Amino acid sequence: MSERKIRILVAKPGLDGHDRGAKVVARMLRDAGFEVIYTGIRQTPQMIAEAALQEDVDVVGLSILSGAHMTLCPKVVELLRAQGQDNVLVVVGGIIPDDDVERLKAAGVDGVFGPGASSEAYVEFIQNHVQVIV
Amino acid sequence: MSSRALKEHTSVALLAEGVLNGNRLMLSRAISHVENQETDASALLTALYPHAGKAHIVGVTGAPGTGKSTLVTALALSCRGAGMTVGIVAIDPTSPFTGGALLGDRVRMRALAGDTGVFVRSMATRGSLGGLSKTTGDVVTVLDAAGFDCIIVETVGVGQAEVEIASTAHTTLVVEAPGLGDEVQAIKAGILEIADILVVNKADRPGMDRTLRALEMMLDIEGNGARYVRHHGQLLRVESPAESEDEETRWKVTVMKTVATDGTGVEDLRQRIDAHRHWLRESGEMAMREQLRIANTLENIIRAELNRRIAASIPAGGLEKMVEKIRRRESDPYAAAAVLLAGV
Repeated sequence: MSERKIRILVAKPGLDGHDRGAKVVARMLRDAGFEVIYTGIRQTPQMIAEAALQEDVDVVGLSILSGAHMTLCPKVVELLRAQGQDNVLVVVGGIIPDDDVERLKAAGVDGVFGPGASSEAYVEFIQNHVQVIV
Repeated sequence: MSSRALKEHTSVALLAEGVLNGNRLMLSRAISHVENQETDASALLTALYPHAGKAHIVGVTGAPGTGKSTLVTALALSCRGAGMTVGIVAIDPTSPFTGGALLGDRVRMRALAGDTGVFVRSMATRGSLGGLSKTTGDVVTVLDAAGFDCIIVETVGVGQAEVEIASTAHTTLVVEAPGLGDEVQAIKAGILEIADILVVNKADRPGMDRTLRALEMMLDIEGNGARYVRHHGQLLRVESPAESEDEETRWKVTVMKTVATDGTGVEDLRQRIDAHRHWLRESGEMAMREQLRIANTLENIIRAELNRRIAASIPAGGLEKMVEKIRRRESDPYAAAAVLLAGV
């Protein structure tokens, strides 16, 4: 009688305080039936990886608008893997130049969503990539 | 990219071993195992139960916006200062419509980041209405077995009647804030009755004196030193037996003032919790509360198992067929329930 739910951590690494996007996405994921753990702004990669560990999440969603994504996102992936969280899906949303998308993916980021990405796109991506084993 | 497994299956033996050896990843997975009510979750709890029973469990409850999460954070920091490790379970509501939840208590808990003596877990209510989720007590057992000295359980923002926390925690704090209701609110039944310690947080806000007076008046009317027993599924408040009516040995519910954002009054609050813990031990009340807690756990397990058996014994579509019959007035809900339960 397993009652699993997909759990998603939504965090804003780095120093920009523009959390509107992260809040909209968190709310949208909630409405899609996921359990969303919202941690807020100014998170270090260490704080994010540790929160993901304590919360045993399936997905880590990072919202970045500051341009520091090439530094912060690979660091989060690296810390997650070092802790043994091998299966955690990492997605990034925000202002990411096209050239960087492939570089982020090469660094272990699973999905990148820019401005204008639809809610359906997010939800579908997560549902397609996280499978519930019963 | 191919699909990933949600989480690879970890055996109960490995999970239990990890929890007892302080492996945080295994602890986290063990909590999920219990929260998700996996088929072998009871085997995991059986393995961990003998190692639990050492932690002091503090419940923190109160209306939304009274500053519970901030107070929990400040309390946890104070406990750390006193050399205790702290496990936190923070509960937020699940949407009754979508089944989703937004768990936001961590936003207030950033001061605890980076400290390996603290473990914070957010939980959604997943349909429970008493202020906790169905498996909160089991998750507390897992954290207890993992060796945390103090476990703080923060309920959802509650109204007037969500008193489940009192049968989970050893010490229950009810948090109020200035400006929320008058003397009549304070003498209503329910949430205020379960407090071992009343806290007026945001004590720097206007209206403080009035709130304090209202709560103290309530304590005056009630008299102190009552206690709870569980009777037919309800917490019942009873006066202590005559021999312990002695002023010296009774626990006095007091009102503590805090400003959680800057730590004012938090150290005093922690010491008051500690005093309550000592009182529980010395007065024999602890044994009584443990009995209450165990009876509660046992009842819940039995009820869950009965529910499972009932669901399994009703053939697929049986319920719907019966509903249709009742709708056509060929049967009634009372007779139909008897028919459906006959096979259990």
